[in-house]
Amino acid sequence: MDLRLPSKVLEHILSFVDSNEDRNSVSLVCKSWFETERRTRKRVIVRNCYAVTPEAVARRFPEMRSLTLKGKPHFADYNLVPDGWGGYAWPWIEAMAAKCPSLEELRLKRMVVTDECLEKIAASFKDFKVLVLTSCEGFSTDGLAAIAVACSNLRELELRECIVEDLGGDWLSYFPETLTSLVSLDFSCLDSEVKLSDLERLVSRSPNLKSLKLNRAVSLDALGSLLRLAPQLVELGTGSFSDKLDQEAVSKLSQAFSEMKELKSLSGLWDVLPEYIPLLYSVCPGLTSLNLSYATVQMPDLVELLTRCSNLQKLWVMDLIEDKGLQVVASSCKELRELRVFPSGAEGLNDTNVAMTEQGLVSVSEGCPNLESVLYFCVQFTNAAMVTIARNRPNLKCFRLCVMEPFAPDHKTQKPLDEGFKAIAERCKDLQRLSVSGLLTDKAFEYIGTHGKKLRMLSIAFAGDSDLMLHHLLSGCESLNKLEIRDCPFGDTALLENAAKLETMRSLWMSSCCVSFGACKLLSQKMPKLNVEVIDEHPLETRPDSSPVERIYIYRTLAGPRLDMPEFVWTIQKNPEIGVSHLAIK
Amino acid sequence: MITELEMGKAESELELGLGLSLGGGTASKIVKPGGGGAWGERGRLLTAKDFPSVGSKRAADSASHAGASPPRSSSQVVGWPPIGSHRMNSLVNNQATKKEDDGKKKAKDDETKDVTKKVNGKVQVGFIKVNMDGVAIGRKVDLNAHSSYENLAQTLEDMFFRSSPGTIGLTGQFTKPLRLLDGPSEFVLTYEDKEGDWMLVGDVPWRMFITSVKRLRVMKTSEANGLAARHQEPKERHKPV
Repeated sequence: MDLRLPSKVLEHILSFVDSNEDRNSVSLVCKSWFETERRTRKRVIVRNCYAVTPEAVARRFPEMRSLTLKGKPHFADYNLVPDGWGGYAWPWIEAMAAKCPSLEELRLKRMVVTDECLEKIAASFKDFKVLVLTSCEGFSTDGLAAIAVACSNLRELELRECIVEDLGGDWLSYFPETLTSLVSLDFSCLDSEVKLSDLERLVSRSPNLKSLKLNRAVSLDALGSLLRLAPQLVELGTGSFSDKLDQEAVSKLSQAFSEMKELKSLSGLWDVLPEYIPLLYSVCPGLTSLNLSYATVQMPDLVELLTRCSNLQKLWVMDLIEDKGLQVVASSCKELRELRVFPSGAEGLNDTNVAMTEQGLVSVSEGCPNLESVLYFCVQFTNAAMVTIARNRPNLKCFRLCVMEPFAPDHKTQKPLDEGFKAIAERCKDLQRLSVSGLLTDKAFEYIGTHGKKLRMLSIAFAGDSDLMLHHLLSGCESLNKLEIRDCPFGDTALLENAAKLETMRSLWMSSCCVSFGACKLLSQKMPKLNVEVIDEHPLETRPDSSPVERIYIYRTLAGPRLDMPEFVWTIQKNPEIGVSHLAIK
Repeated sequence: MITELEMGKAESELELGLGLSLGGGTASKIVKPGGGGAWGERGRLLTAKDFPSVGSKRAADSASHAGASPPRSSSQVVGWPPIGSHRMNSLVNNQATKKEDDGKKKAKDDETKDVTKKVNGKVQVGFIKVNMDGVAIGRKVDLNAHSSYENLAQTLEDMFFRSSPGTIGLTGQFTKPLRLLDGPSEFVLTYEDKEGDWMLVGDVPWRMFITSVKRLRVMKTSEANGLAARHQEPKERHKPV
């Protein structure tokens, strides 16, 4: 008796299964489920572009409509990955153009995207709708023009923190008059001024426009006319907020803001002058997301703004907010879920900004019951504060503490911050992402290894004493997926002892540690399913096995060694001349 | 506070277990300073003594520690504090503005631009951009691969006149050859020089041209006023601005 579910029925059921995690499970049940699932998956996410080949992905998911790719390791954001390392979008775009011409959406993060890539997208995908590039580089505004002119059904074009060769603002004028489908436009990372009349015309013929993020070059005056054309915006990123406007212009702008009944997210606000802060009061009660991290707003003005933001869920701000400001957040923003406090460099990165301390974060942890994600840059911290925070907020999912002075101990007791992070790891049972800093011994990592069972991503800098640290983490953190370490004094032993663990993780990055050349070779020999990349700008042929390497990047892959490695990336496959390890094999 | 003795003990235990020989002076130690947070002389990762074959070229500006001695303040460490480059630039600009030092800010802006141009994945020496009026997509041409103006003109004609599969918006609709350099034509070839001025191509010797050209533009003759008038005699069109 054939008990198999007819594939048509299975297809119908699967049309309700959206989560890729569930779909991955479905595809493991049996061959016919694998087949049905792969033929119906529309949204594909590849979190390491070198873990699998573009051809394999295109072959497996012929009905793909949306592709998300990530390229370089996270530490590339901080200039720790040399230029030319890799992460090229071209092979993916080429493969999709050939096999999946119905592709509609492309989301790329930390990849090298050239103008040729953008032209290829414009030419190959007839129904292309969404392009989101985050932390990408390699293209110019000419590439944007190609997208603008050709993608007649374009809905979203978002450039988030990209490095773009800016050849001028006329790319915007290439959107044809017939394009009326725009829902989201983000060009906040570009420098050049776009022609205001082109922008106004584009906005007026885009009735579905919900998100508009302008660049700094768009003046305050221009903002007024844009807002009048698009009062329906849900997300707004302003340009520079500092021109001197006359009274009439100011009241017109104020009126425009008060007409924006749907506004939920506000960002931009570069150079905002204190006298313009009241312009924002009318939208504050409706805001769920406020990004002031580029706005040099000082204390009393910040308070006025934040007391009105009772529905705020996400707040990004600079340390100009000080402990006092964070107290206001704690009492006014009861819905807060995510807080990020960035350094303003107000008094130099090395000086103590006494106005913002660990106390600010403690207040927020007390006052905001839904707080689950924290990124906090500060000069100093204490164990007691972390213990309190952990006790207040066991629901934390993401805790990234960056004490900016390397090796800074608890500033009250001069002890390492081990106990503080222990409390966090122990009490916050759902913690998925953790960044540690300050003075830390191996003990801290023993605690994290013991308690951090749900931890998926961990970032470490200037910490630990020995290989034990790495050993605790690799052997204890069961859910560990991404580990990135810089400037910590260990490597070989723990790495080799826990080699098998590396196949269960997406990637491991270690730079300026003490991983020896010999250990890298040994690891490569032992673990063929990993790509072990030694990224070192000095030649390795004559190095003794005991010498440490500058950086290693290890990731699991089905694609084997990649074919686009630059000179300074060494693997035993690409560089067989470096020979085998002379270390004793256990 | 972990003492040297304890650290040494831990290392040797692990060493025996795996039979790894990390070498005499190569085991790294980070000696924590006694009390304060200063990352001073006592924080030592690795020195050139340990690795005689490794140079110390990057000692001054990076935290890559083969041969480096640690910088004195956290702001000199590469990638620290961990802030993205957009934010870092903004930060530096804020500081510079505070110091009312426009020169410094401008230098930083230029620096940013250099970075922008550099990170194109490949270093494209000799490649410059070519745009044509009415065509959305610019192209790139390698000047070093050409020996004369005629050469260049031919390449450009091939590029824009003969449309190839996979490209869009190119001049498929033009039926006559472009004849960029001589005779009456719908288009003229112009270039932007290092000073930012737009000139007609063809008046200076080729070698001089390729050192001063920044980008090319195939301009509609009717647009090229100031460079050439519509009804001018052909030979007069080549007068430089």
